[in-house]
Amino acid sequence: MPIEQKKLEDLIKDKFPNSTITIEDLAGDNDHYSVQIESDIFNGLSRIQQHQLVYKSLDGLMDKELHAMQLKTKGTK
Amino acid sequence: MELESSTKEQIEKMIGDNEVFLFMKGNPDFPMCGFSSVASAILKKTGVEFGHCNVLDDNNIREGIKTFSNWPTIPQLYIKNEFVGGCDIMKEMAESGELLELLNTKGIKTEVS
Repeated sequence: MPIEQKKLEDLIKDKFPNSTITIEDLAGDNDHYSVQIESDIFNGLSRIQQHQLVYKSLDGLMDKELHAMQLKTKGTK
Repeated sequence: MELESSTKEQIEKMIGDNEVFLFMKGNPDFPMCGFSSVASAILKKTGVEFGHCNVLDDNNIREGIKTFSNWPTIPQLYIKNEFVGGCDIMKEMAESGELLELLNTKGIKTEVS
């Protein structure tokens, strides 16, 4: 079920252009990632809304292909 | 996935009957997943009483709560019928003090250990 880091990164970059994205493979098994996204898209959104946006953009990847993703999101102001 | 009305009612009853409620894997004493473990430890530290549902015991709830909250992962925290977030958000809120603030604002008794 794991996903390659590059693939995950491309997916997120594609949905969140002009963002600062940091991805870390926590366990080295392509299945436990830490993802940080700083983007102006998040400005004015609550944390829940920010995370929901990320989950939605990953289109059901969570739970199917990806076991664990630590998520941190931030607006640019 | 469609949310069955019986499942929806079950969820609404759980989060309605408990001021603080955690959907998790396992239970607070024996969490069955690292994220659920962190989430329940955060709540325990605030000293609040909280209800929980072990989603591993009920697949309808396990899948239903994801649709209900529009949130793909477990654990999920509800405070006074309101979805607060998952493990990462709880961690951030606990670190910044926002979680205690939220509990206090909602009139829920905390006792930080």
